[in-house]
Amino acid sequence: MEIRPILSTLLRHKTAAALIVVEIALTCAIICNALFMIGDRIQQVNETSGIAERELLRVQIISIGGDKNAAALTATDLASLRAIPGVKDATVLNQVPFVNSSWNSGIRLHREQERPTLNATSYMVDDHYLNTLGLKLVAGRDFEPGEYITSQQFDDPNANVSITSAVITRKLGEALFPGENPVGKVYYSWGDEPTRIVGVVDHLVRPSSQGGPSAREYTVIYPIRPSYDVGGNYVIRTEPARRAEVLKAAIAALRANSNNRIVLEDSTKTFEELRREFYQNQRSMAWLLAIVCIGLLLITALGIIGLASFWVQQRTRQIGVRRALGATRAQILRYFQTENFLLATAGIALGMLLAFGLNQLLMSKYELPRLPLWYLPVGAVVLWVLGQIAVFGPARRAASVPPAIATRSA
Amino acid sequence: MFAYYFNLALRSFKRNKALTALMVLAIALGIGACMTTLTVFHVLSGDPIPQKSDKLYFVQLDPRTRQGMQPGEEPEDQVTRFDAETLLREKRADRQAMMTGGGVSVTPQRKELAPFTASARYTSADFFPMFETGFLYGGGWSAKEDGNRARVAVISKSLNDKLFGGANSVGRQVRLDQADFTVVGVTDGWKMNPRFYDLNSDRYGGAEEVLLPFSTSRDLEMSRNGSMNCWGNTGADATDLNAPCVWIQYWAELGTPAKAAAYRDYLASYSEQQRKAGRYERPANARLRNVMDWLDYQRVVPGDVILQMWLGFGFLLVCLVNTVGLLLAKFLRRSGEIGVRRALGASRRAIFVQCLVEAGTIGMAGGIIGLGLSLLGLWLVRQQPSSYAKLAHLDPGMLLVTFALAIVASLLAGLLPAWRAMQVTPAVQLKTQ
Repeated sequence: MEIRPILSTLLRHKTAAALIVVEIALTCAIICNALFMIGDRIQQVNETSGIAERELLRVQIISIGGDKNAAALTATDLASLRAIPGVKDATVLNQVPFVNSSWNSGIRLHREQERPTLNATSYMVDDHYLNTLGLKLVAGRDFEPGEYITSQQFDDPNANVSITSAVITRKLGEALFPGENPVGKVYYSWGDEPTRIVGVVDHLVRPSSQGGPSAREYTVIYPIRPSYDVGGNYVIRTEPARRAEVLKAAIAALRANSNNRIVLEDSTKTFEELRREFYQNQRSMAWLLAIVCIGLLLITALGIIGLASFWVQQRTRQIGVRRALGATRAQILRYFQTENFLLATAGIALGMLLAFGLNQLLMSKYELPRLPLWYLPVGAVVLWVLGQIAVFGPARRAASVPPAIATRSA
Repeated sequence: MFAYYFNLALRSFKRNKALTALMVLAIALGIGACMTTLTVFHVLSGDPIPQKSDKLYFVQLDPRTRQGMQPGEEPEDQVTRFDAETLLREKRADRQAMMTGGGVSVTPQRKELAPFTASARYTSADFFPMFETGFLYGGGWSAKEDGNRARVAVISKSLNDKLFGGANSVGRQVRLDQADFTVVGVTDGWKMNPRFYDLNSDRYGGAEEVLLPFSTSRDLEMSRNGSMNCWGNTGADATDLNAPCVWIQYWAELGTPAKAAAYRDYLASYSEQQRKAGRYERPANARLRNVMDWLDYQRVVPGDVILQMWLGFGFLLVCLVNTVGLLLAKFLRRSGEIGVRRALGASRRAIFVQCLVEAGTIGMAGGIIGLGLSLLGLWLVRQQPSSYAKLAHLDPGMLLVTFALAIVASLLAGLLPAWRAMQVTPAVQLKTQ
């Protein structure tokens, strides 16, 4: 294929050619970044929480104006919940994943450290947490019964207790002690007493998205038995098929234990529902980006069709002359396709620079991660294919120009 | 002349239906995307209290220990209870209010209604005139009730509807947690968007249903919410007067810039005095921000909304480049016609104007369809579950902006093609004809 005559023709239509190049470049830049953001959001939506989501229910309950017997009532509640047919296990937590508030604390590696190394979330649990939540212990051990204290003791300044042990996530261990086994190591968080890491669980996300995606699993579990009025979360594990039935029975059982409480209906639901609602914004943003991408591709394709049609019309005589001189239909078709390929290539080259620049801007303004380089060839291929499809119609019309037209005046 | 060009433009549309439709569609899509995202941004970044936003100031102090101090660091976003109560007592502003968010349980007197929870704000008397709450019935409480830890409450219109069927409930009792409160006022559906006075929880979530004196809430140990930041030994109760924890929002109303400047000096000398007393360890580091500065500092508009706005503009830009190309094709296709007009005496300027009128007409058509698209887009936004989504409505101002943007954008897109069209030399065109 002769590229030189195509180039010289294009040079005579600089403005129109430049417009196509610019349009493709802009589309390429936006689409590469949008696709990347979509991927980023999808990754967030599909994150591993570490808990047996499909089997879990949350009931949030609060007392009316405080409860002096919260600890005893919590024990009764847990016994009633565990006795419900279909319940595998039940536990009480100060906080649960997929909500917008959380308990957090700074973590220091040395007692005298001025600023915390990082900020992690603190789950307070009772001794059924591992089995109920379905967490996977990958190193060390679970808490021993003697290590548990109650949330009342923890809050009482005169009780003189300290939190000596903690279970953390693998990700937190890697962040605090890179390349080392965190089991047995100590850190400082609450007060001046060290806390020893006794075990590591595979995954457990923090309740809210505080700290961004990179801090999602900066999670510590403490052996502090919360009473129900600390956060008010009962978590129940059952079979997925029995969730609705068990949830109803659980609410009834809790109401039967005391009528001085309110079940917060809005936050009492399955973890699947909690997760769906938690990621609603991320999902709709991904959809929006996808729609914008499709819209951009459509507009670009229509632009190419429009300009190519104009070109074909303008060059009808020239095409007729070429045909009369012996050019085949296929050669005419290839001419326009090559022309488009050249324009698209120029646009893509410019677009990649733009895409990279745009990503730099987004990184600095919106803490977006760096655009992986493989998004660029993906964007390029998409635009090449789009250009070829868009130009096919006008090119075929050009190919069907009869040679006789050369003899007619325009 | 304009009418004639307009007529010519309409004729030209008829001759080139597909191309024209394509351009109108491109502009409409660009305008639709741009205006949808711009409207959401406009709504969320608006001034929640325009008549007073330059008179209300948010107070920040730095009561932390020396540990971990970094030069130039911003102070905490909230103040300690000790500082809030001291500032409130010293009354150096025109008006002042301390506050925190909370939650209470409401036990209705009507037996058929089960107890439920309501969002609450624990604050002080000046809150109501400062934030112009407006009242359907009754009014706020006075500083006397604050001091007496009185059991008085102001409730929202919606709670009044729920509990009292919308009747005037002033003087009636409402049971909150386990205490009886006397209703002194019912607000008139008052709400602020964003909820600038406390940005800790849902920023576009509407107003609290119950307001009661801060002192009373502490007396009854009512549950608080929002963010709390502590350092050092907090003791048993982090909400205690002397606990080293920040969890209270403090607002001052200062009528003139001079008063604001004087208040800044006051905060600096207060900090210094606290440092001398050994309570503060850091050098005076106070801030006084008015409403819009505070919203700006807190980056109240969600990042996604800003990102969407830029995406909308990017989309419009691509649509415009596309329109430039198509207009160019369209005008140059008519080179013959233009050549004849030029040969018959039309000036270059006339050709240019005629082309621009045609571009503007396309822009107007695109604007009308784009308006429909942005209404559709905003409707889609409102279907989202986030609390700010409900606010996404087009106001008359944005309606005007839509049309202005559509026409300006299409005129800009028309500039280059019109310029090229006006360069058409009559002789060459007539020859090839």
